[in-house]
Amino acid sequence: MTDVLLSALGKAELQHRGRRMLKDRLFGATMAIGGVTVIVAIVTIFFFLLWVVVPLFRGATLAPRSTVEFPVTDVVHLALNEYADIGFALSAQGRYRFFQTSDGTKLGAGDLLPAGARLTLLNAPNHGSQTLTLALDSGEAVLARAAYHVSFTENRRITQPEVIFPFGATPIRAAPSELPITVITAEANDSTATIAALTDRHTLYLTHLAKVESLLGDESSLEQTQVEISVAASDIAYALMDIDQNELYLLSKKGHISFYDIRDKTAPKIVEELRVVPAGTTITAASFLSSGISLLIGDSKGRITQWFPVRDNENNYRLTRVRTFSSLAGPITQLAPEYSRKGFIALDAKGNLGIFHATAKRTLLVKPTLVAGPRGLAIAPRADALAILDNEQRLHTFEVSNKHPEVSWRALWGKVWYEGRAQPEYLWQSSSASSDFEPKFSLTPLAFGTIKAAFYAMLFAIPIAIFGAIYTAYFMQSRLRMIVKPSIEIMAALPTVILGFLAGLWLAPLIETHLIGVLGATFLFPFVIFFSAWCWSRLPDTFQQRLPDGTETLLLIPVICATLWIAMTVSQPLEQWWFDGNLPLWLAQELGITYDQRNSLVVGIAMGFAVIPNIYSISEDAVFGVPRQLTTGSLALGATPWQTVTRVVLLTASPGIFSAVMIGLGRAVGETMIVLMSTGNTPIMDLNIFQGFRALSANIAVEMPESEVNSTHYRILFLAALVLFAVTFVFNTIAEVVRQRLRTKYGNL
Amino acid sequence: MRQNFPQWVASGTPWVWLTAGAVSLSLVMVFGLLILVGANGLAHFWPGRVAALELRLVDGGVARVLGEIVDEETVAVARVRDAGGIVPDDMLVVTRYLIKVGNRDFSGNDFRWIAETEITKLEYPSDAVVAERSEWGNFYGFAQSLREADDPVVTENLWDAVAERLARSAAFRAEIAQIERHEIGGINYQIERLRLRERERANDPAALATAAASRADLQTQFSALTKKLADLRKQNQRDKLIAHTSDGTEAAIPLSSIVRAFRPNQMSWWQKVRHYGIKLAEFTTDEPREANTEGGVFPAIFGTVLMVIVMSIVATPFGVVAAIYLREYARPGPVTAAIRIAVNNLAGVPSVVYGVFGFGFFVYFLGGSIDQIFFSNKLPAPTFGTPGLLWSSLTLALLTVPVVIVATEEGLTRIPRAIREGSLALGATKAETLWRTVLPMATPAMMTGLILAVARAAGEVAPLMMVGVVKLAPSLPLDTDFPFLHLDRKFMHLGFHIYDVGFQSPNVEAARPLVYATALLLVVIIMSLNLAAIQIRNRLREKYNAADH
Repeated sequence: MTDVLLSALGKAELQHRGRRMLKDRLFGATMAIGGVTVIVAIVTIFFFLLWVVVPLFRGATLAPRSTVEFPVTDVVHLALNEYADIGFALSAQGRYRFFQTSDGTKLGAGDLLPAGARLTLLNAPNHGSQTLTLALDSGEAVLARAAYHVSFTENRRITQPEVIFPFGATPIRAAPSELPITVITAEANDSTATIAALTDRHTLYLTHLAKVESLLGDESSLEQTQVEISVAASDIAYALMDIDQNELYLLSKKGHISFYDIRDKTAPKIVEELRVVPAGTTITAASFLSSGISLLIGDSKGRITQWFPVRDNENNYRLTRVRTFSSLAGPITQLAPEYSRKGFIALDAKGNLGIFHATAKRTLLVKPTLVAGPRGLAIAPRADALAILDNEQRLHTFEVSNKHPEVSWRALWGKVWYEGRAQPEYLWQSSSASSDFEPKFSLTPLAFGTIKAAFYAMLFAIPIAIFGAIYTAYFMQSRLRMIVKPSIEIMAALPTVILGFLAGLWLAPLIETHLIGVLGATFLFPFVIFFSAWCWSRLPDTFQQRLPDGTETLLLIPVICATLWIAMTVSQPLEQWWFDGNLPLWLAQELGITYDQRNSLVVGIAMGFAVIPNIYSISEDAVFGVPRQLTTGSLALGATPWQTVTRVVLLTASPGIFSAVMIGLGRAVGETMIVLMSTGNTPIMDLNIFQGFRALSANIAVEMPESEVNSTHYRILFLAALVLFAVTFVFNTIAEVVRQRLRTKYGNL
Repeated sequence: MRQNFPQWVASGTPWVWLTAGAVSLSLVMVFGLLILVGANGLAHFWPGRVAALELRLVDGGVARVLGEIVDEETVAVARVRDAGGIVPDDMLVVTRYLIKVGNRDFSGNDFRWIAETEITKLEYPSDAVVAERSEWGNFYGFAQSLREADDPVVTENLWDAVAERLARSAAFRAEIAQIERHEIGGINYQIERLRLRERERANDPAALATAAASRADLQTQFSALTKKLADLRKQNQRDKLIAHTSDGTEAAIPLSSIVRAFRPNQMSWWQKVRHYGIKLAEFTTDEPREANTEGGVFPAIFGTVLMVIVMSIVATPFGVVAAIYLREYARPGPVTAAIRIAVNNLAGVPSVVYGVFGFGFFVYFLGGSIDQIFFSNKLPAPTFGTPGLLWSSLTLALLTVPVVIVATEEGLTRIPRAIREGSLALGATKAETLWRTVLPMATPAMMTGLILAVARAAGEVAPLMMVGVVKLAPSLPLDTDFPFLHLDRKFMHLGFHIYDVGFQSPNVEAARPLVYATALLLVVIIMSLNLAAIQIRNRLREKYNAADH
């Protein structure tokens, strides 16, 4: 048949027909490509968010970079520079060596001691300012430090390593000359230094040095003070001093720790003595965590415990065990904290290496290094490389990829015990001005804020929206409905920035001065409406008949306005009578309830206002869609209109109303500008309606532009966005599915 | 047969009234809000009367205050006493007035609450002068004399002379603004382009020589203009208005810093209307002054409109194509249904999530790559690797595409089957049917979608804070410098303006009226767009209801 038709066509017509068919196919293809592109673009959002978030939860990886022969024997200290291309090694004799990490080439070497001096003891911490302390047999000490000068010529980096003596190369007296020093430690900054030296007579000599500028400012002289403390413990093996020279810890091999407060260098006092490892175990390694607040103690059973001083109710500091890491099996031989984060690396005697993060209580990696009897461990300041020296004189360098150790499920959602806090808490504090800052990434207070906002908003919106929907759909005169419904619906389009602005700058001050009025009006409305309805029913019939059925709402508008006006007018006199003229102040003083001007009540009203149109519109549709035969049937059986509403209409429409509430909830959860502008945005967790909060969405809007790309903070904000996305998507999907079911149900009825 | 109370309660009538009350409350809130924004926004431009108040002080002295009464409230006396006001013991509540006293450079505060009980005398002096200045806010006082380069000006009618010289000063200001913004701005732009060209062709001596020549040329032009500017500024600083404030402090205000001066207490009604018109025009067509708290919002209007236009250019075709695909080409089934639900839901995903996506994907991922490939000579200064107009438009396009899809699909669904079948039966291909009959009929639906998308985009602020909006953009994204439309520039936006001025400004009280005006503008724009969409949709429904029969 087609062939017959085709053969009847001329060549030109055939060509034309071909072109048309081609066009048709092209059109179809374009639509398909375009359509699929849009759908893919939309799906991309989800996957992109996920792609940014996933690296947060990856563990660390360790990749060997190089292994070179290392000629120096008995190395006691190993360190790396910022770029991990230059290393520093120190021998037990006080000889140092700078070398290239890639091939071991010597870049410089020397002796840290003055000629003729004899080294008896060397302390080389891998935390704080990394100040090396060398004790001489004369009871004197030398402080030294490795430094790297970086310069750029023709876009190439040139690093010049050197050793500096912050307080001069001349030995400083740390203890009387006749007493051999058994343990020594020191810390130094640009102007002060403190040396703690323990002699074999159980006496600790605390020496404090301060550079004093002369009046002319060109010369400085050293001022030196020294005090003695007698120490009871006999087997002190480690001494640790924090970078601020405020705390001193003496640790015995058997696990006793003495905690000294040395803020006053002339009168150090002991704060506490306690045992930090269980009986039968010994301390095998100890170090500070970066910034010198937490103490890490490794024991012979492979456990690493984190301790820091916690202030109790009487304002006394007590050293408290905060976390335990027990992923390593053998005795801990080395502990190396990261320079700027709260992470650390540990080695055990079996050659296993563990990468940990304290705050997140995360074990990021445990791996046998296959290094025989590791002697020295160094971590690069950027925590992206580490070096291990084995007992066969080989230096192994590794590349570490450990970008986001501070994030774990527990750190994000659980209570975390942060340094210096009295107990585990939920805290969000993403940045701070100080450098020894421990980022606090708990999403719980933010999620709590979001839920609090949504809760108060729904508390305000649900009754008004659903009651309003019932009346509009079921009782209202249809002509009036045509005006009222769009008037309320159009408010959904109102920019939330305007609602936020009004809430923050108009409503918040208004509520603060007229708190009684606002709360009073809220409670009065139902009674006033009841009362006016009763009065109306008492009026003569002729009067009542003037008002057509389904227009009660018009009658109530002046009633509501009048109630509001009266409530506002009497609010201030009542406040003066009952609450000394200032209710917020009275609340704070008498009941201890904090009152913020921008609080959850303001948000509840403003955001309730924003979600009312959504809930109202969908519920109204659901109620209006209830098949007529059901309601007429009910009325015919003698039910009152109200009985019909509660027993028939609401029951049938309940899935629709449920989906309306879901949609409203979705909107309230994600709303940003209102919560940003009408709360104080403080991440506190408090149910008090008169206090503010910080919501996830507002937090994103505030912090996103300031976060560094691909940093942990940036990815956590993406995670917050992903959470919002997922939550609203789930709410909306439930609502949509329920609504579609309902539509089918109505169709069947 | 009148019901008694228990019967009345049992009948359920009170509950019906309660539901009616919910509707009434919603309506009161809706219209109350519109009235609040409207009244505050419109009142801002009306020249208020200037009141001269005499106050008694705690120490028995007398203070004089001159200013506009901008607000009043009745509060408990304790609050006034806490603020240091004088209230007799037998009072419970007291009315207090918020007076805009201006003169920030003299008194530090330009607003002051004064309790009714402190006022001993209130009058409206006819010679009170309000001077809107380009810095330090308004001046309230009394004009004394004029000075021309330190010499007093002898004149019969002081105020006429002031008006005349203010006009001269305004002309200078206009000329200075023209040179600063357009001529010098243009030269700077060309010099920057030259610098980049030099970097690009660093190995080509001939090109470098030409560049150097044009640079020298531009530099000459530049210095000529700067000289001219300095000259104009000097001439403009010639006249000074000598005035005294209410407490007698004498002030010499250079006319160059007075934007306008008027005596509201002797303005006729007609003059006030004219003043209102001028202020309204300034608001919509002028640049902001004083950290956005005074002047106009033109750059914000311009930025909003341009961003929305670019967004529509992206969102409309894609949205329409996606809707056609979903409705006409995709095989109906669970997959299509799932996609439809997903698209519907995306309209409900919080806008801040889109902002995060735009920031990460568009700005850093796409923008960063574009910079690497096309603008490597400008690096490390980013071109597209930083928030800007293009990324804002794309982010909002993504946000509003579901709106367009949903509206278009609805329109396509409403087109009677008979029309399609008729067209196909006459031998038209599917494409021809769609193109010639279905799509033209669905145009109103697409328009509705577009309008709703625009209305939504115009009011969004949260995502824009991350992808390109700034509080003060140095230049508009559309100007006379090649390539005219600068998609990489940052821009100002009405919604963000409200947030920024209302919440980040150092002087919120002074900024409040302007924020109300901006809010009103935004409400009017968005409400009219939505009403237009509703109108179109209604007409569309009628049309197809007719076609069905």
